[in-house]
Amino acid sequence: MTRDVVSLLQVVAVALGGLLLTGLMAKVRARAEGRVGPPITQPLREVAKRLGRESPRATAGRAQGVVPTILLVTTAVAAGLVPLAGLQTAGGAGADALVVVFLLLTGSLALAAGGLATATAFGGMGASRAMALSALAEPALLVALAAFAVPAGSLSLPVMLRHGLNAPIAMVSPSHVLAALALFIVVIAETGRLPVDNPSTHLELTMIHEAMTLEYGGRDLALVTLGAAMRLGLLLALLGTLAVPWGLATSSSPLALAGGLILVGVKSTVLAVVIALVEVHSAKLRLFRVPELLAAAFVVASLAVLVGVVAR
Amino acid sequence: MSRRVFEVAAGDLVARATELVATHRLATIVAHDEGERLRVVYTFLAGPPDDRVELVVAADADRPTVPSLAGISFPAGRFERAMHDGFGIEPVGHPALRPLSHHGHWPPDYHPMRRGAPAHPVLGSDDRAYPFTAVEGPGVYEIPVGPVHAGLIEPGHFRFSVVGETILKMTPRLWFVQRGIERLGEGRRPEDLLELAERVSGDSAVTHGLAVTLAIEEATGQRAGRDAWRARTALLELERVTRHIVDIGAIVNDTGLSVVHARALALAERLQRHGAELTGHRLLRGAITPGGGALRAPLDAPLYREIAERVADLVDLATSNTVVIDRLAGTAVLGADDARRLGVVGVVARASGIAVDARVSHPLTSGVTMRTSASGDVRARFDQRVGEAQDSLALLVRWAEGDVSDVVDADASPDGDGLGVVEGWRGTAVHRVSLSGGQVARWSVTDPSFCNWPALAVALRHTIVPDFPLANKSFNLSYAGNDL
Repeated sequence: MTRDVVSLLQVVAVALGGLLLTGLMAKVRARAEGRVGPPITQPLREVAKRLGRESPRATAGRAQGVVPTILLVTTAVAAGLVPLAGLQTAGGAGADALVVVFLLLTGSLALAAGGLATATAFGGMGASRAMALSALAEPALLVALAAFAVPAGSLSLPVMLRHGLNAPIAMVSPSHVLAALALFIVVIAETGRLPVDNPSTHLELTMIHEAMTLEYGGRDLALVTLGAAMRLGLLLALLGTLAVPWGLATSSSPLALAGGLILVGVKSTVLAVVIALVEVHSAKLRLFRVPELLAAAFVVASLAVLVGVVAR
Repeated sequence: MSRRVFEVAAGDLVARATELVATHRLATIVAHDEGERLRVVYTFLAGPPDDRVELVVAADADRPTVPSLAGISFPAGRFERAMHDGFGIEPVGHPALRPLSHHGHWPPDYHPMRRGAPAHPVLGSDDRAYPFTAVEGPGVYEIPVGPVHAGLIEPGHFRFSVVGETILKMTPRLWFVQRGIERLGEGRRPEDLLELAERVSGDSAVTHGLAVTLAIEEATGQRAGRDAWRARTALLELERVTRHIVDIGAIVNDTGLSVVHARALALAERLQRHGAELTGHRLLRGAITPGGGALRAPLDAPLYREIAERVADLVDLATSNTVVIDRLAGTAVLGADDARRLGVVGVVARASGIAVDARVSHPLTSGVTMRTSASGDVRARFDQRVGEAQDSLALLVRWAEGDVSDVVDADASPDGDGLGVVEGWRGTAVHRVSLSGGQVARWSVTDPSFCNWPALAVALRHTIVPDFPLANKSFNLSYAGNDL
C-alpha cells in the first residue's frame, strides 16, 4: 500500500518537476545571457493550455495518435519504479536498471515511429538522427548503470542504492565518479540538450527531438511535451540519486518520504542549473561529432566497470 | 564618373558585350517600354578608376527579341529571365529560359512591366510544375523546406537532394514576395521614389535610398552639398556596422552559442537607437533626399569606440570556443572560380577572395579600404563581417572627430537617365532611373541578393543538412530585395 503511494507520489513529482526544471533551465540560460526569459512556469502553462485543445493529425495518423500515450505511460511507469523518494517503490526489488532503460527506450522508439508516421521529411529526418544517437547512447547508459551495480553485485536499483547508503565511502571511489560522469553525458544526449541537440532552436534542418514532433499539435503536443519533460525530470533525479543516494527514505514514514522527495528535488535542481550553465557556454557539435562524445561516455563507463571490478 | 552610352545594333550586341565582360562586370540589364519600341540597357561597371558603360539596344514592341548574353555571362542569363518575365522580351539563344519572377498563377502572356498591363491580372491555376532537378541514385531522398518555416523568416522554398546527411544538390524556389515595387515607382515625382527605395529591403534603407538618390541626381543634374555627403556616407557605414553586428550574432547563434547572439542584439539595439537620434528612424529612413541629406544629431565617437571594443570582446568569446570554430571552418565553401563565374558581389564575394567593392571602384568618399579573405567558407564570411564592421567603426570615429574625407563629386550632364551604384552592407546595389516630363518613366532596382542567391546552392554541395542554416545565415540574402 505505502509502496503504491510512494510510486504515485514519484510520478506526480517527476511530471511537475520535469516541467518546472525545463522552465528553470530556460530561465537560467536567459539570465546568464542577459535576457529576462520566460517565467519558470511557462512549460507548465503551455501544457495546461494545450491539454484542452483538439489534436490535428495527419490523415494516416493512427500511429501518430498513440505515440503520446506510449511515451507518457512508459515514462510514468519508469518514474514510479525507480527509487527516487523512497527505497521501496511499487516495483520492489524487481525495479531493475535494465527494465528502466528499456522502458525509456520504448518511449524513444514510439517517438521515432510517430515521426515516421507523419510522412514528412522532417519527421523521418529527426527519427533517423534520434535512432542513430540512441544506438550510441544506450550502450553507454547500460554500461554506466552496470558500473553502479558492481559494488552491490546486483542490477536491482533498490539493492544498489541500499548498498550505497550503507557504504557512503564508496561514493568517492574512482569507479563511482567515472560512472556518474558517463551517466551525465548520456543524460545530456538523452534529454536533447547542448552540445547534442539545441532545445531552443527553430531551425527545422538542425533539429533532432523537435523535428519528430513538428507535426504534433493540441493535446497530442501537450502529452509529448509532458513526456519529454518527465524524461528530463526522471533522468536528472536518477542521476542525482545514483550519484548521491543520501536522503532516500528507507522507512515508509510520511516524514522520511517528504524529506526524500525534497532532497531528490534539490539534487535534480542543482543538476539542471549546472547543465543550463554549461549550455550557456556550449555550441552545438557538428552532427557527425556527436558519436565521438557518446563514444567517450562509453569508454568512461567501461573504465568505471573495470575499476569497480578490480577494486571489489 | 560619367556614364558612357552606346547605341548598339542587336546584331553587334554579343560582340560588344564579350569585349566588355573581359574588363567590366555586368551590373544590370534594364528594359524600358517606350510605347512604339522597347529599349534595353546593358550596364557594365568597372573600377578603379570608376567606369560605367551602357549598351542600348532597341527592340520591336510587338515581338520583342534581343540576342542572349547568357553564353558569355551567368548573371546576364538571370537578368534576361527577369526581363522576359517582366516585359516579354525574348533573349534569343537563351539555354534555359524558365520563369524567374513570373508567378505560376499569372496568365502565361501577362508581363507586369509592360505599359497597360493591369495591376491585377485574372489569376489562373498554377499548373506548371516547378522544374526541380531530380537527383537519382541509391539512398537519395528529397527534403522540401518552406516556404512556411518553423521560425519567423521570409518565405523561400528549398529542395534538398540528400544522401544520408550530405547535400548533393539544393534548388531554391524564391519569388513568393513580389510587390511590383518598380512599377509602383512609375509616374511618381523623382523625390517620391525615396519612400519606396527605403522599403526595397527593410534592412538596407540607406543602401537603396542612397542608390536611388544618386540615380536621380545624375538624371536631373541636382547636386548635394558637402554636409549632405558627410551625412550620407556616415549613415551608409552606420547601417553596415549595425547589420554586420546582427549577422555576427546570428551566425554564432546557429551554432547554439546563443549568448553571443543576445549580446550582439544588445549592441545593435544601441546603434539603432543612435540611428533614431540621427535620422528620426531606427532603420535610418528619411534622412537622405535628392540634393540633400542631414543629420539631426552629431556623430558619437565615444559610442563607436565602445561598440568596437565590445564587438572585439564578443568575437573573442565566439572564436575561443573550439566547437564554434569547428562548425564555421570549412563549411559551405564557395571557391573563387565559382564566385567569379556566378558574378557574386559584396561580403560573400570578398570572403571568397574576389576584390569587388563599389566603395573602392565607384567611390563616394576617400579613405575606404577593401579587405578580402581567401577561404570562402562560413568562417571567412564571418571574419569578413567582423573586419568590415571594425573598419567602418574606425571610419565613423574619424568622421565624428572632424576628420573629413574627400567627397567624390559628380560631373553631371543630365540626359534624363541616371545610374546609382552603392556598396551596401550586403553588396552592390544598382538603381537606374529614366525620367520623362519630370516624372519617373522607369525605375529599376538590382539588390545584391539577386546576384548572390545562385551562389548559395553552389556553396552547399557536400555540406551536411544540419549545417544549412549556418551556411544560409552566412550569406544572409534578402528575399524581398530579390523579388521586388
